[in-house]
Amino acid sequence: MTTALAMLRILSVGPGATLQDGGRHGYLRFGVTAAGPMDPLSHAAANLAVGNPAGATAIEVSVGGIELTTERASLNVAIAGGEFALSLDGRPLPTAVAFNLEEGAVLKIRAGAGGSWCYLAVAGQFTMPKVLGSHATHTRTGFGGANGRALSTGDRLGIERSASSQPSIGAIVAPWLDRPLDTIRVVLGPQHDYFANHQIAAFLAGPWTVSARSDRMAYFLDGPRLSHARGYNIVSDGIAIGAIQVPGDGRPIVLMADRQSTGGYPKIATIIGPDLGRLAQARPGAVFRFAAVSIAEAVAARRQEAALLARGVVVEPLVRSHFSSEFLLGLNLIDGVVGAKA
Amino acid sequence: MILQADPRFLDAGEAALVVEFGDMVDPAVNDRVLALDAALRADPPAGAREFVPTYRSLMIHYDPLRIDRAGLIAIVRRMMAGLAEWRGGGTSWTLPCCYDPALAEDIDEAAGILGLTRDDIVALHTKATYRVYMCGFTPGQIYLGGVPEPLKISRRATPRPPHAAGAVSIGGGLGTVVPFVMPTGWYVIGQTPERLYAAERKDAFLIQAGDILRFDPIDLATFRNLEQRAASGDIVASKRAA
Repeated sequence: MTTALAMLRILSVGPGATLQDGGRHGYLRFGVTAAGPMDPLSHAAANLAVGNPAGATAIEVSVGGIELTTERASLNVAIAGGEFALSLDGRPLPTAVAFNLEEGAVLKIRAGAGGSWCYLAVAGQFTMPKVLGSHATHTRTGFGGANGRALSTGDRLGIERSASSQPSIGAIVAPWLDRPLDTIRVVLGPQHDYFANHQIAAFLAGPWTVSARSDRMAYFLDGPRLSHARGYNIVSDGIAIGAIQVPGDGRPIVLMADRQSTGGYPKIATIIGPDLGRLAQARPGAVFRFAAVSIAEAVAARRQEAALLARGVVVEPLVRSHFSSEFLLGLNLIDGVVGAKA
Repeated sequence: MILQADPRFLDAGEAALVVEFGDMVDPAVNDRVLALDAALRADPPAGAREFVPTYRSLMIHYDPLRIDRAGLIAIVRRMMAGLAEWRGGGTSWTLPCCYDPALAEDIDEAAGILGLTRDDIVALHTKATYRVYMCGFTPGQIYLGGVPEPLKISRRATPRPPHAAGAVSIGGGLGTVVPFVMPTGWYVIGQTPERLYAAERKDAFLIQAGDILRFDPIDLATFRNLEQRAASGDIVASKRAA
C-alpha cells in the first residue's frame, strides 16, 4: 500500500452530480436528513470494487454526466449504477467497471441506455472536511460535499490514495445490479387509515409513471388521483425514507434521500429499503405498479440484499474478445489480461 | 399516570416504527412522546438507530436485521410501564429577538390581521413561555407551543418569499424559529441573532425538543452586535438547566 495525494479534476459536469457517502446519520431529531446515495446498492458495489467500505464517499453522477481526470497521481476507480455510457480517452468501457485511471487520462460518464444514477468510487479518501461526520451532500441546506453544493466544472477534489495501481481493467460482475422496475414493494402505512379500501386498491393497482418533476428530494408520480377519507392535513410527524405522501391534490410523492425530516400529509405507504434504489434508477416516463408486502417479507428482501453485498464484488479482468487489441495495448495491460481469470 | 394509555404502533416501512400517542398538538400528548424519547436515549435498545420526537409521536428508526418489530415493541412497552410522568428535563433558553420592522418583515401585516398594534405583538410574544415541541423540517428549526391566544394566526394561503436565517415566525397557532433562508407560509415577526445550528460549534444544535424558551426583545443596534458575536462562535442566547 502506498499513499499519495491525487486530485480529481472535473472537466465538465451536468447538473446534479454530488459527493455521497452512506449518509449523515444521528441528527434526524434535529431536522437533519441523512442524504446519501439515491441507489445505495450501486454505490456500495462501486466502493467494494475498489476495496472501500460500502458506505465510503463516492461521486454520484446524474443523467447530466461528468467528465474528469486525475492529477498528481493515478487512482483506482470503479463505476457502477444505471446503464451509463462510459469512455476512457474516447474508448468505450463496460457499464460497470474497475480500472486504474492514469494521470491525465480522461474519463467520461454520460447517460446511456437506462438508469438515472451512476457512482464513481475511488480507492482512498476524499480530503474535504465533513459536516456532522459525513461527506453526504444535501444541497438544499448546503451540507457536505463540495461546499454544500453539486459538483461544478473546474472543481478539484483531493483524494488520499489508499492503494497502488490496479494491474488490469476489469468488469464488475454484479448481475444483481440489473433490476427491472416492474413492481415496487411497499409496506402500507403509517397513515393508510386516511384512505378508504378502494383508494388503497387504486394506489396499488396504479399504474404509476415517474414524473419529470423528480429529484433527489422527491419523485412525483402520475396516475390515478387518490382521495382521502379523513382529510389531508395531519399533525406533522416523522418522515421515513421511501415514504409516499399524498397531499391534497391526490398525487403521490415518494420522499427520497434528500427528503425533509417531518411533514404534515398522510403517508399511505413506505417503499421497502431494497426497492427504493430500483425506483430511484427509473427515468421520468417509466411505468410501474406497487405491491403491498408484510414486514417479514420486506425484512427477508433486506436480508437477501445484505447477503449479496457480504459476498463482495467480483471484478473480472476483461479479455481480448471484449475489446480491440489496440485498445488493450493502449491501456498497457495486455500481458496481464490474456487468459486471466478472476 | 398519563403513560399508561397504550399508544398505537404504526409502521413506516420495515425500518421505522411510529409510536403514536395522539393526533393533536397538545402538551400532554407531547409529554408522553418526550418521556419515551428520554427513556430510549438513556438506554437505547441494540439495533435502534435514531429517535425522532414530534408533536404527537416518536419515530424509532431501527435496523430490522438486528432487532425485529415485535422485539422493539416489547421493549417500548416495558419502558413505558416503568416511566413516571414527564416532568421536563429540558433546558430553559432566553433567545434575543429583534422586532424592528427592518427584520420583522411581516409584523405590521400580522398586526393588521390580528387587530393588534406592533407593540402589542412584541409585548405578547415576549411575555409568553414556549415549549419546544419538536425540531424539524430544516436542520435546527424548532416548533413552539404556548403562543398566546391573541397571536394565534392562520398560515398564509400561499408562501411568502424567502426570509433571513434566524427568522422568528408565527402561524397555525404555533411559533417557529428557522435557521435557514427559506420561503414560508408563516408570518415573520422578528429575527434572532443566535444561530440555532452551527456546524463548527461543539454543540452544533443549541435547542432540542422538550426545551423551554422565552424571547428577549433587542433593538437593531444590539442585534447587529450580537449577530457579529454569534458569527465568531459565541452563543448569544442564555440558558439555565431545568
